[in-house]
Amino acid sequence: MRHIISILMENESGALSRVAGLFSARGYNIESLTVAPTEDPTLSRLTLVTRGSDEVIEQITKQLNKLVDVVKLLDLTEHRHIEREMMMVKLKVQDGEQRAEVVRMTEIFRGHIIDVSATAYVVELTGDSPKLDAFIDAVRGFEVVEVVRSGVMGIARGDVALRL
Amino acid sequence: MQQETKTVELTGAEIFVRCLQEEGADLIFGYPGGSVLHIYDALYRQDKVKHILVRHEQGAVHAAEGFAKSTGKPGVVLVTSGPGATNAVTGIADAYMDSVPMVIFTGQVPTSLIGNDAFQEVDTVGITRPCVKHNFLVKDVKDLATTIKKAFYVATTGRPGPVVVDIPKDITAARFEFSYPKTIKMRSYNPTVKGHPGQIRKAVDLILSAKQPMLYTGGGVILGNAAKSLTELTRLLNYPITNTLMGLGGYPASDRQFLGMLGMHGTYEANMAMHHADVLIAIGARFDDRVTGNIEKFCPHARIVHVDVDPASISKNVKVDVPIVGQVDPVLKAMIKEIKAGEARPDQEALAKWWKQIDEWRAMDCLKYDKTSELIKPQHVLETLWRLTKGDAFVCSDVGQHQMWTAQFYGFDKPNRWINSGGLGTMGFGLPAAIGTQIAHPDETVVCVTGEASIQMCIQELSTALQYHLPIKVVALNNRYMGMVRQWQEFFYQGRYAMSYMDALPDFVQLAEAYGHVGMRIEQPGDVEGAIQEALKMKDRLVFMDFVTDQSENVYPMVPAGAGQNEMILL
Repeated sequence: MRHIISILMENESGALSRVAGLFSARGYNIESLTVAPTEDPTLSRLTLVTRGSDEVIEQITKQLNKLVDVVKLLDLTEHRHIEREMMMVKLKVQDGEQRAEVVRMTEIFRGHIIDVSATAYVVELTGDSPKLDAFIDAVRGFEVVEVVRSGVMGIARGDVALRL
Repeated sequence: MQQETKTVELTGAEIFVRCLQEEGADLIFGYPGGSVLHIYDALYRQDKVKHILVRHEQGAVHAAEGFAKSTGKPGVVLVTSGPGATNAVTGIADAYMDSVPMVIFTGQVPTSLIGNDAFQEVDTVGITRPCVKHNFLVKDVKDLATTIKKAFYVATTGRPGPVVVDIPKDITAARFEFSYPKTIKMRSYNPTVKGHPGQIRKAVDLILSAKQPMLYTGGGVILGNAAKSLTELTRLLNYPITNTLMGLGGYPASDRQFLGMLGMHGTYEANMAMHHADVLIAIGARFDDRVTGNIEKFCPHARIVHVDVDPASISKNVKVDVPIVGQVDPVLKAMIKEIKAGEARPDQEALAKWWKQIDEWRAMDCLKYDKTSELIKPQHVLETLWRLTKGDAFVCSDVGQHQMWTAQFYGFDKPNRWINSGGLGTMGFGLPAAIGTQIAHPDETVVCVTGEASIQMCIQELSTALQYHLPIKVVALNNRYMGMVRQWQEFFYQGRYAMSYMDALPDFVQLAEAYGHVGMRIEQPGDVEGAIQEALKMKDRLVFMDFVTDQSENVYPMVPAGAGQNEMILL
């Protein structure tokens, strides 16, 4: 099963490598990982996506909790939640027809064109991961120059919250 | 941190020494070098903290482990940057696997040079990260005292373990007002102490409902200082008990209820009782693969209670029915109270049948060996050692066949007397561990049981033993093979003894004498007792007893890797 685990940890050098090191040392996989400081600068929030059986996920959360830099964590997939990922795609555009097609696609997917040059458009898109995958599929007819994805982040719906 | 003590401006090196004094860490093991020279100078200028100079940093860590395992106090190590730190890594990993409370201080190049590939620079925090409970790099002298306080706090609480504090050289020269926090709170680290009362009640109900119960206890009992409570509970229930390799001494080995060690080289009765148990009570043990054998075949009939201070140890390898997270001693005390307060009692009829079955297994006499051999049998040496030391010595073991035989034949009635490398299985552990143990217990008999292969991995520490006049008794079981490797090659590789033969061995008698000690070579079974007696009489000398033993002897019983606990190879 796919799980999204959100972690509040001390915003200290080395904290991220403790988390990453734990996954490699114990043979767990990380599908994506994203991290940034929170509104409290002493804390970072890290979101990671992993897959495993219930037993493996239980071990992962226990081992993460054991790390001295981890303050608190929440398995978002155990709660109603929203997940989002951001993507920027650079597409090569040759002529007016192609340009118009990219604009249409971007509108359908509710994205934005955030850079325009003589030969390329950069499209910004936010959504859950399957939506971003679908966009990539939809623009296969164009030359995709670059794709940048942020990795998944998430937040629980309603009153459930990961905070101190 | 709260209420700070008086403030004086000191150098980082002086702050370091003062912190150790405040912690009551009056004994440290180490080896100097460039990055820690300020600290060694500060140590020189005081006399409260005593420093033991080893001959190799690995020895310093093992010695501190011996100190910690035999006293229950944290071991403290000080080494320099680069090779000092990397040499210490084996010991650190060893302490991590066996949950030994330790604080290891490593020197580091000055902060301005970090990342520049400076002389004797290594990323100590990075290298040690996977084998420490936690580690710190001190980047500012004002954080030094608090970091040291945190290091001792983390190392000694919850499931204990080694903590590394990496200190750049410039931090030890910088000055700051010294104040040592009396207590420390870390928002991200709050180990559980007491078990959940509801879970304890559920556990007691299950325990008392058992028809074929089994207590399986590990190193957590020793680390958690819970041998007394464990003994009380076990006697109250009259249930059979087995100890893991790390848990030996947690329950008196001479007691009728004790079935010996379990696992790969455990006794027939312990492994059979595990296999047939209907309720398993696991206390401070972690279901290690050397204990469980094939996990699919492990305790097929048992419902399991598991008490452990580390939540991650619970249901890691084996799914348990009643988990209790908490320190072993308070949980055991709560269980005893709960049992005494309630009306339910163990099913005496079922228990009588169970004991009868166990006694039948016992009658197999699985540890028997040929007592008429003209060659010295290693088991005979250890039995004799046990008898002559009245089972009351501190025994520090290396790793291999001799370690298993010691676990089988030297029955420990008290905790903290059996000191070995269980988790990591580090050859070379024994002698330095004996050094740390003897320093902590100057008037006790400390024995290092070793083999001719293991001893050579840290033999340089014979020099340390001379420097500090440590009268360790080294019992070397010399079979001219890496015995455990040879045994596996005999059993599983059709006798192809690849690289397990110890050719070109030194003359250990001369070697011991060259280091300033007493050497003995014992070749006849009839001389074993006299030699040990003679050695034990030499109260002020290290005696190296080189026992020339039967080369073909194997450790039995044996649960081969991948087999179930009830599938033992017996002699």
